[in-house]
Amino acid sequence: MFPAPIQKSSRRWRITYQVLLPFALLVWLLPLLGVMLFSVKPASDFASGNYWTIPASFELFNNYGRVFFESDMPKYLFNSFVITIPTVIGAVALSAMTGFALGVYRFRGNLLIFFIFIAGNFVPFQILMVPVRDLTLGLGLYDTKLGLILFHVAFQTGFCTLFMRNFIRALPFPLIEAARVEGVAEWRIFVFVVLPLMKPALAALSVLIFTFIWNDYFWAVVLTQGPNAQPVTAGITAFNTQFGVAYHMMSASSIIAALPPVAMFFLMQKHFIAGLTLGAVK
Amino acid sequence: MVTAAQNRSWYKRNEIAVTPWLFLLPGIAFFLLYVIIPIFQSFWISFHEWDGLGEKTWVGLANYERLLGGDRKFEVSFWNNVRWLVLYLLAIPLGLFIALFLNQTVRGIRLYKSLFFFPFVISQVVVGLVFTWFYLPNSGLFDVITGWFGIDIRGGVLGNPNTATYGIIAAGLWPQTAYCMILYLTGLNAVDPEQVEAARLDGAKGHKMLWYVIIPQLKPATFIAFVVTIIGALRSFDFIAVMTNGGPFGSTRVLSFYMFEESLSEFGFRMGYGAAIAVVLFFIMLLFITYFLWSMYQDEKGAR
Repeated sequence: MFPAPIQKSSRRWRITYQVLLPFALLVWLLPLLGVMLFSVKPASDFASGNYWTIPASFELFNNYGRVFFESDMPKYLFNSFVITIPTVIGAVALSAMTGFALGVYRFRGNLLIFFIFIAGNFVPFQILMVPVRDLTLGLGLYDTKLGLILFHVAFQTGFCTLFMRNFIRALPFPLIEAARVEGVAEWRIFVFVVLPLMKPALAALSVLIFTFIWNDYFWAVVLTQGPNAQPVTAGITAFNTQFGVAYHMMSASSIIAALPPVAMFFLMQKHFIAGLTLGAVK
Repeated sequence: MVTAAQNRSWYKRNEIAVTPWLFLLPGIAFFLLYVIIPIFQSFWISFHEWDGLGEKTWVGLANYERLLGGDRKFEVSFWNNVRWLVLYLLAIPLGLFIALFLNQTVRGIRLYKSLFFFPFVISQVVVGLVFTWFYLPNSGLFDVITGWFGIDIRGGVLGNPNTATYGIIAAGLWPQTAYCMILYLTGLNAVDPEQVEAARLDGAKGHKMLWYVIIPQLKPATFIAFVVTIIGALRSFDFIAVMTNGGPFGSTRVLSFYMFEESLSEFGFRMGYGAAIAVVLFFIMLLFITYFLWSMYQDEKGAR
């Protein structure tokens, strides 16, 4: 193990480390702690310039209540869920299939198709922007959730294919061969042999794609406008106009907007990290 | 009935050859429609003048001539992209540093690791807002702290054209460092303990051990950290849109933002010109994509 375990070092360094740890965390999360503080402050604190003092009154319920009942926040949150969940299902389903095809079979063009999926996934969004917006307009899906979902599914399939294919490659191939010898149809091999083994990959990708899509801002701005279809990331910038420079309200809404992916991360941490490392770092 | 039986037998005979294509079909169709074809369409549009609604007018290379022939906004954006690329890479050593700091087994360390990783999970829009408040002139925490040391940035970090881009990059480094940290933490977990012990017996310690024994073993983690950081740097859009909207005086524009501004903002719908910017950005990205794919290809060949 590197660095050497702290237990083996001198007592003084051990104590220093134990003190340093919470202090470092505090500094690291300072900007975030600031927002948390903002979100429970009353408006009067900001009016009188007391940004960083202890709140004059504790307005947690008041501020968050107002965000929920006096703004479009619930609408935006709902949109985010309606966009994110079908995207996760769609991208994971499509890529389980492409990953299976590219990971199990040998045929001409296999590696080429695989690399096209990877390359497409790395491309700058801007080169897709005008044509995708045009396509969405043409399909009559501009400013709809479905328009966003379809694009996200397609784009995320690139990344998911990379992950799925590498995961399937690492599975024991004799299992598939044994099934073939038994005369099991190929699609049944996929459903009954490979899919059950892919559960960790499915879980990892689901949480990861959930976070990516929830946090998307660019495509939300390009393909939607207004509270009917926009997700919360785009909605929150609209609050800038609604609440003006009401920092307490903006902070409260930011925290609410950030909560679902944060919850997802803490609940499924192991899978999340497995996904982030692209399965390449074990 | 006869044809059905024949079909079936044809499928049976060619099952192994046909199945992968059936499985690939929906994925490829979607990907072609929304990703591959649009890339070529953007190239096509970049040779036109187009407002997004009416007829396209063919202008040949005029957009590129204007772009590369002294468009000030383009130059500023390009150099800002270079700044992003170079400074964003700091996330890699910073992430390694934090990972080394946290790679211990004391009580509660798991929670510490999660909380250090936290910034990456939050959307860039929220991180951008958080840092905007952090940087507020006079009342922002950053200004308060620098004030103790007698440093006063005129107009606040984001209000001053000399510091604004660096302020945004610092905000971007926060989640990116967290990402690199988690990559290295996972990598450190897989470092071969026997090699470390052997090196220790040979008297390797501290930074020598790190440089000659640990870092070579972390190569896969470093590769991925490099890939995601480069892509992240060239994709920087959210932070700029949220924190400064390109200002002050256009000093924080990058190519991705400038492209958006030209094609889809109150300044007009110059889709052709926007597409030309996107194509330039695409070629910059392509340099890196080619390198990534080439590295992956070498691995694939080794695996076969």
